[in-house]
Formats: sequence, C-alpha cells, structure tokens
Amino acid sequence: MIDLLRDIVAGLFLVAGAGFILVGAIGINRMPDLFTRIHAASLIDTTGVGLVLVGLMFLGGFSLVTVKLVFLLAFLLFMGPVATHALAAAALHAGIKPDLADAPKPPRGGKAANGKAANDRTANGKPAGAKAAGSRAAARKAGPL
Amino acid sequence: MMLAAVLAAVLVAMALMVARALRGPTTFDRLLAANSIGNGAILVLALFGFLTERPEFLDLGLTYALLNFVGTFAVLKFFRQGSLGAEAEE
Repeated sequence: MIDLLRDIVAGLFLVAGAGFILVGAIGINRMPDLFTRIHAASLIDTTGVGLVLVGLMFLGGFSLVTVKLVFLLAFLLFMGPVATHALAAAALHAGIKPDLADAPKPPRGGKAANGKAANDRTANGKPAGAKAAGSRAAARKAGPL
Repeated sequence: MMLAAVLAAVLVAMALMVARALRGPTTFDRLLAANSIGNGAILVLALFGFLTERPEFLDLGLTYALLNFVGTFAVLKFFRQGSLGAEAEE
C-alpha cells in the first residue's frame, strides 16, 4: 500500500519533470533569439531536473542514494542559474542585442525599418541582408512565434 | 517501465538540444545547448542507475555536474578574453 503510494507520487514527479524537460527542449529550438532561448533552457536547469530528481528521491527511500540526490539537486539549483547568468552577461558583453518586440515599431512594413532590422541582424552575428530582414519582418507579421 | 519512459523523454529532449547546438547561429547558442545537454546527461546517468538497480551511477552524475559547470565557465571565459571568439573580438 505504502509502496504503491510511493510509486505513484514518484511517477507524478518524474512525468512532470520529463514534461518540463521536453517543453524546454522544444523551446530551445523554437524561440527567436538567444535570450529567449536562455529562458527556455533555464526551465530545464531548474524545474525539469529538480522534479525528476525529487521523483528519484521518492524511489530511493531513506538511504545514501537520497543523500547523493539531495547533493546533486542542491548543486544544480545553485549552479544552473549562475551559469545561465554568466552566459547571458557574456552574450551582452559580446554585443548581442535582445530581440525586442516593441523596440523597432516600423517592421510592420516600412522600407526604413528594413535597414534597421538588418543592422540588428549583424549585431546578432547572422548574415545581414535585405532578404533576411524581409523574412524576419514577415515572420513578425505572421504573429507571435 | 516508468523510468524507461522518462529516460526516453530525456533522450528525445537531448536530441532536440543537439539540433540547436548544430544549428545555433552564435557561439552562445551552442554553449547554451551544450550546457543543457550536460544537464540531460546527468539525468540520464541517474535514471539509468535506478533502472538497472545500480545507484552508484549517481556518483558519476555528481562528477559530471561539476565538470559541466566548470566547463561552461571555462568556455565563456575563453570567448570573453581569448582571440578565437568572432563576436567577442570587436
């Protein structure tokens, strides 16, 4: 009875963690620029890994295994955000600009806006060009994401 | 069974992160994906240890967590001060 209950609770934690990890991985692929991708990845670093490790703690019972899992979880919860912050700071220092939705208003169809978008694109480290900027503007017009 | 399903989900997620690491336009995208792949590897080690009833794999996971963290910082520092970073040079 207790074993069954423990398995159910552990399974809930594990499945929730796996769901968060999958959502984060999809977000890493789908998000438009580096900083939003960092947001998706931090979901994996904290919530996904945390929930899976808590689920494993329930399966491990009171033993040395759980102590190791607690250490692993504490370490990841401290170091994940620190690494993410360092990554974002280094990216900003290297001149990568966040892709703001409301900063360059004109991409709604102005010729001047295309030049500005191209500039942003070079700052992002991607090949600049009217074609690329046009596709970016088209993507923005199509709606969020 | 449950552990195997979660393991499969983590492996699928890692495959997606590999796609971003190969595709990512800047170095930082690749580094972000590499960091997430490292986290996924830690989970794979822990889950595989539970799946095969060998929880000693957790020690490997702990070591890998330390290495992953230090490695991320090493690469970041290298691209900030070294000369290889194409973006960091200007």
